[in-house]
Amino acid sequence: MMALHKYLIMNTLCYPILSIVIFLPLAGAILLLFMRGERSVKMTALITSIINFPLSLIIYSGFDIGADKFQFGEFIPWIPAYNINYVLGIDGITIFLILLTTLLAPLCILCSWTAIERRVKEFMFCLLIMETAMIGVFCALDFILFYVFWEAMLIPMYLLIAIWGGPNKDYASIKFFIYTLFGSVFLLVAIIAVYLATGTFSIPDAMFRDYGFNFQFWVFLAFAIAFAIKVPMFPFHTWLPAAHTEAPTAGSVFLASVLLKMGTYGFLRFCLPITPKASVFFAPYMIALSVIGIIYGGLVCLSQTDMKKLIAYSSVAHMGFATLGIFSFTVFGWEGALLQMLNHGVTTGALFLCVGIVYERTHSREIYDNAGLGKIMPAYVGFFGLFSISSFAFPGTNNFVGELYVLIGIFSQSKLAGFFSIVGALLAAAYMLRLLKQIVWGREDKREIADMKAREVIYLLPLALFVVWMGLFPRPFVQVIEKTLMNLHSQMNIFLR
Amino acid sequence: MMILPELSTLIFAIVFLFLSLGKKKDSAVLLAKPLSIIILGISLVGVLASGQLFSGAYRIDLFSQVFKAIIAYGFCLVIFMLDRRNEIEEAYFPEYIMFLGFSALGLMMLVSSVELISIVIALEVSSYSLYVIIPLRKGQTNIQIEASVKYLFFGAISTGIMLFGMSYIYGITKSTFLSDIIKVLPGVMNQPIGVFALILTLTGFFFKLSLFPMHFWAPDIYEGASNTTTTFIATVPKIGAAALLIRMTMLASASGVQFVNILIVLAAISMTLGNLVGLVQKDIKRLLAYSGIAHAGYLLMGVLALSKDGYAAAIYYITIYLFMNLACFYVLVLLSKDGKNVVLDDLVGLSKRAPLLAFTLAVGAFSLAGIPPTGGFTGKLFLFMSAFREGHLAIVIIGAVNTAISIFYYLNLVRMSYSKEAGSADPIQLTFNEKALCCIFIFLVLYMGIVPFGLLDIFRLAV
Repeated sequence: MMALHKYLIMNTLCYPILSIVIFLPLAGAILLLFMRGERSVKMTALITSIINFPLSLIIYSGFDIGADKFQFGEFIPWIPAYNINYVLGIDGITIFLILLTTLLAPLCILCSWTAIERRVKEFMFCLLIMETAMIGVFCALDFILFYVFWEAMLIPMYLLIAIWGGPNKDYASIKFFIYTLFGSVFLLVAIIAVYLATGTFSIPDAMFRDYGFNFQFWVFLAFAIAFAIKVPMFPFHTWLPAAHTEAPTAGSVFLASVLLKMGTYGFLRFCLPITPKASVFFAPYMIALSVIGIIYGGLVCLSQTDMKKLIAYSSVAHMGFATLGIFSFTVFGWEGALLQMLNHGVTTGALFLCVGIVYERTHSREIYDNAGLGKIMPAYVGFFGLFSISSFAFPGTNNFVGELYVLIGIFSQSKLAGFFSIVGALLAAAYMLRLLKQIVWGREDKREIADMKAREVIYLLPLALFVVWMGLFPRPFVQVIEKTLMNLHSQMNIFLR
Repeated sequence: MMILPELSTLIFAIVFLFLSLGKKKDSAVLLAKPLSIIILGISLVGVLASGQLFSGAYRIDLFSQVFKAIIAYGFCLVIFMLDRRNEIEEAYFPEYIMFLGFSALGLMMLVSSVELISIVIALEVSSYSLYVIIPLRKGQTNIQIEASVKYLFFGAISTGIMLFGMSYIYGITKSTFLSDIIKVLPGVMNQPIGVFALILTLTGFFFKLSLFPMHFWAPDIYEGASNTTTTFIATVPKIGAAALLIRMTMLASASGVQFVNILIVLAAISMTLGNLVGLVQKDIKRLLAYSGIAHAGYLLMGVLALSKDGYAAAIYYITIYLFMNLACFYVLVLLSKDGKNVVLDDLVGLSKRAPLLAFTLAVGAFSLAGIPPTGGFTGKLFLFMSAFREGHLAIVIIGAVNTAISIFYYLNLVRMSYSKEAGSADPIQLTFNEKALCCIFIFLVLYMGIVPFGLLDIFRLAV
C-alpha cells in the first residue's frame, strides 16, 4: 500500500469511476439475459453503452495533464497469498484508448441494428462483454488482472466471428483464437518470470528495475511475441485478414479499432519500461519488421478485390507506423505512435462501418459489386471519401498528424527506415485512391440502392468530426499524452545511461 | 466420531445393499440424493477434526479432511447427475449406487491412510467397486465388457508394480509407516534405489490419474463405460490419487533431484501426448480422456515443485478439475440419447437446441483450456507459478505451449455447438433440476476463477 503512492494517485471522486466504466457494460450484459424481445434488448444495450461514454468523459475532464503518475487509482486486495491485487489507474497513454472504446461501443451497437438478424440478444451480450474487457485491459495495473481481461476478450470476440461471421467464419474464428492464445501463453510465462524476479504483480512496480540483460532479453521476447501477434506485426499478421473479413461489421470495428491497439499498448506499457535494454537491443529488428509490414501491407492492398480485405491489410501497414514510432525511442515517435493508434481506430473503424453499410444493401464485399456509387449514394460517398483520404494521411486529416510525428521520430534515428516508410505512405495513397475511384466512378450502370439512413449518418458523424478535428487541431490530444511520454523518456534515459 | 464422513458413506452403501435385496428399485435414485447431501454435510462439518487411529496407520488431519470434503462433493454431484435412467438397467440401480458409495468410501479411506498396507487396501476398495460397475450399461454390445476387463487388468498390473515399489521402500526403511519412512527415505533419494522405489510406488496413483505411462486404459474405458460411470471415474478417483501423490512425494523432500527430473519428464510427456492425441478425437468421451491425461501432467507440475505452494496449487487444480470436468460430462449425460456415446457432430446446433447446455459446455471447455476468468486459468496460474518458483522453467514452457495446443480441441467443442448450424433442431427440454445443476457448475467454475482466495488459503493450511 505504501509503495502504491509512488506511482498512483488515488481516485478522489466519491465513486470508483474506473470500475464503473469497466463494469457498467457487464451489468448491462447481465441485464440483457433476463430480457425478451429484440427491440428492448437492442435499446438496453444501446443505452448502457451510451451512458458509458459520458462517464468516461468524466475521467477525461478530471484528468490532470501535469501529473506523471497513474490517476484515478483504485486498490483492492484480490489474492493476498500471491500478492495479486485489483489495481486500476490510467495515464496519458490509456486515457484516449478508453475514450475511443467507449465512443465506438454505441456506434457498433447502432451499426448492428438491422445487420444482425439472428440471436440479437447473444450478439449484444458479446459486444457489451467485449467493452468491459477492453476497457479493463487499459485500466488494469496488475499483471494478473490485465491478463484476465486480455484473455477474457478472446471468448466474446471468437463468438462474434464464429456465430455471426461471413461464409468462412469457422476457419477465421479458430485461427484468430489459436493465434492470439498462442501469444498469450508466452505473455503469461513472462509475467510469472517478472513476478518471481520482483515479488509483485504490480505493473508500475515492475517498471525500471535493474534486471540483468539476459533476463530482459527473454522477457522481452516473450512479451514481443504476444504483442506482435496482437498488433499484428509482419510475420504474425496472417490471422488478421481472415478475422477482419469474416467478422460482422461490429466485430471488425472492435477488432481493428481497439484490439489491435492492445498490442502497441503492450509494447509501450510493458516492453519499454520493464525491459528497456532489451528493447533498445531489439529495436533494429522491430523497426525492420515494421517497415516490412508497411510496405508489404501496401503492396498486398494493391491487389485486393475484397473491400474488407483491403482495409484489413491496410491495418497491417498502419499499425506498422505505430510500432515504428514506438521503437524510434523519441518522444515524437511515441506521440506519433499513440496518435496513430487513435487515428487508425477512428479511420479504419469508420471504413469498416462504411463497408458494413454498403454490404447491407448489396450483400457483397467485392469492389466491383459496390463500384460506381457516386451518383447513387452521394452522402455515403462523401463519408467514404473523407475516411479514405484520411486513411492515406492526406494533410488536414488525422492520420497526417500521426504519420508526421512518427516520421519525425524515425528520421532522427534511421534515415533508411524513414525512407522506406515514406514509400509505404505513398503506397497507401495508391491503394486507397484506387479503391475510392472504383467506389465512386467504377461503374456506369444504373442500380437501385438506397442512400444512407439517418441512423447510419449518426454513427459516422462523430468519427468524421474527429478526423477533421484531429487533423486540423491536434494540440488538445498531444498535450494530454505529452507528460506521460516525456516522463517515460526521461526514465528510460536514466536507465540506459 | 472422527471418522464420521467414512462412516456415513459406509452406511450409505449398506443402505443400498439392502435396497438391492428388495423389490422396489425405482426409489433408489430419489433416496440417494438426500443421503449424498447428508454425506457432504457431514464431511464439511468434519473438516476440522484431527486425530489418529489404528496405531497411527490412519491419520485424520486438515489435509485428509479437506480431501474427504472434496471427494464427498464430487460424489454428491455425480449422484445428482444420475437422473436419466437410460443408461443402466433399472434393476441394477441400488447396486450401482452402492458400488459408487463403496468406491467413494475407499477414496476417503485412502486420503487418511498413512501406512503402506492400508493405502493399498483403501485403493483396492475403491478400484474393485469400479471394476464391477463399468459393465453395467444398457443396450450396448460388448464394448463395456471389454472396458471392464481392460480396467481390471491395468488396475491389477499397476497395483502389482506399486506393491513391488513398496517392498523396496520397506526394504530400505524397515517400516510401512510413512512417518518412519520419511526419516530414512530422503537420505537415499540421491541413490537409484530410493528413486526407483518411490517412482514404482507412485505408479498406482499414476494409474488412477491416467498419467503417462499408466494412461493406456483411459480412452477405452471412458468410451466403453456408461456416461455416468465415466463421469465418476474421470473425476472422483483422481482426487484421491492426487492426495496420495502429494503425500508420497512429500517423502522425497528436498533431496530428490533425479526423482523430480523423472516427474518432470513424465509430466511433459503426459501433457504433450494427451493434447496431441486429443486433437484428432471424434468421440467426446475419448477426447476428454486424452484431456485428462494432459491434465494429469499439469497437476504433476504442482506436485513436482515439492513446495507447500505447489501442493496447494495441485489441490486447487484437482478441485477445479473436478468441477469443470463434471460440467462437460454432465452435458454429455444430458445430451446422449439412449445412453450412447456422444461424438463431436452430435453437438452441432446445440446452442439452438439447448442454450444452457451449450453455455455449460463452453464454460467447462474454456476452463479446461485455461482461459480466464474461469477456474481452469487460476488453477493453472498457481501451478505454473509454483513450478517456476522452484526453477523448473522448462516444464512451465512446455505447459504453456501445451495450453496453446490444447485450445484447438477444446475450442472444437464450443465451435461445434455454436458456429455450426443444424439442419433440424429439436430443442432439448431440461427439467428444473437439470437446469439448476448446470447453473451450479457454471457458478462453481467461475467462482473458483474469480474468487480463489478463501479456498486457496484453506489448501495452503492443509499441506
